[in-house]
Amino acid sequence: MRAGNGPEEADLELAIRAVAERYDREAFQRLFAYYGPRIKAYLRRLGAADDVAEDLTHEVLLTMWRRAAQFDPAKATLSTWVFTIARNKRIDRLRREKRPDVDLDDPALEPEPAPAGDLLVELRQMSHLVVQAMDTLPEEQRRLVRIFYFEDKTHSTIAEELGLPLGTVKSRLRLALGKLRVLLGGGDA
Amino acid sequence: MSTEPLSLDDLLMAHAAGKLAEPVALVVATHLALSPTSRLRYRRYLALGGSLLEGIEPVPLDKGAWERLAARLDELSPTTEEAAHPKLPGDPGCGLPQPLRDYLPRSLDELRWRHYGPIFETDLVLGSHGYRTRLIRLRAGRAVPRHTHDGSELTLVLEGAFHDGFGHYRRGDLAIADAAIDHQPVADGDRDCLCLTVTDAPLRLTGPIGRFLNPFLRI
Repeated sequence: MRAGNGPEEADLELAIRAVAERYDREAFQRLFAYYGPRIKAYLRRLGAADDVAEDLTHEVLLTMWRRAAQFDPAKATLSTWVFTIARNKRIDRLRREKRPDVDLDDPALEPEPAPAGDLLVELRQMSHLVVQAMDTLPEEQRRLVRIFYFEDKTHSTIAEELGLPLGTVKSRLRLALGKLRVLLGGGDA
Repeated sequence: MSTEPLSLDDLLMAHAAGKLAEPVALVVATHLALSPTSRLRYRRYLALGGSLLEGIEPVPLDKGAWERLAARLDELSPTTEEAAHPKLPGDPGCGLPQPLRDYLPRSLDELRWRHYGPIFETDLVLGSHGYRTRLIRLRAGRAVPRHTHDGSELTLVLEGAFHDGFGHYRRGDLAIADAAIDHQPVADGDRDCLCLTVTDAPLRLTGPIGRFLNPFLRI
């Protein structure tokens, strides 16, 4: 799923560390170049107008700048961290309601079980697991999973755009999400 | 397909994608604070979001975007921003976890409780329309009258435990009941059972047909 010629994950993680440790603007510019257009694409696909998406993208990037030291590569990939910030900014700006969420870093919480021995290793490998799981789905189902995460559209609109009957879209989306859950070890699909 | 029962993973995935309305997000997030195994699954769905973000077709930013952004970096120094939820020294609410605590006064006694037989309940006021969010306290060993639902109902156990013929639910467990379920929850005998519940009001179901995979999911 990683775009062909883009920078490697390790380079981007070095860049965020450079931002955290010494406010390194050149490093931040590399993060800007990679994530900026992706964050904007995410917001556009979820229905934000171009100027709103541009503005919110800047907010997400500024949050990355400010909170760079909070990124912990042992707990999530950089892209997961960025996704979470973008998702939150979007809800805060566009929904006008509160956004209750669990604080995954709260030390008061009971520790998570470690399915494969070391929890940190498991979390670190998760994104690769996800990529593998996605790769086993047929293209059409991958597309529907992307729609679930990235588009604020009704089933009817999706059906119209894909030229499929409404019932077909619903059952295929359900199938795709169910398969993915099984592949990710989620259980009850 | 809108009548298919909702699963816990449906909710975790939708929460990760940022698709849940505020009351449903509150129940799911509070469940996450109490359930380490669900948190692990939630992290997987967040990781899926991260991977999808990498693979998205990029949309170029406006000309001069970097210059404008760089000019703002001076205003902001990194690192020292406060966490979104500063930890309070004394737990104000009754041993209840964040994020629920944000919605409650210091003591549950400050809420206005209604009383029907063995049930005490109070409504919490949240942002989204079309849902009803309540704290319900069921007396130890007592039963809720047998009922079905107009819509779906999520029930998160905060204290004590109950059983309803479909399962036994303890602190942190989330019971998902759709309109088809006919049940009679009974609190365990040793202590009162305190639950957070969200129901989607009947008006929710009169919306455009086929709009929702399930009324709880914004899709």
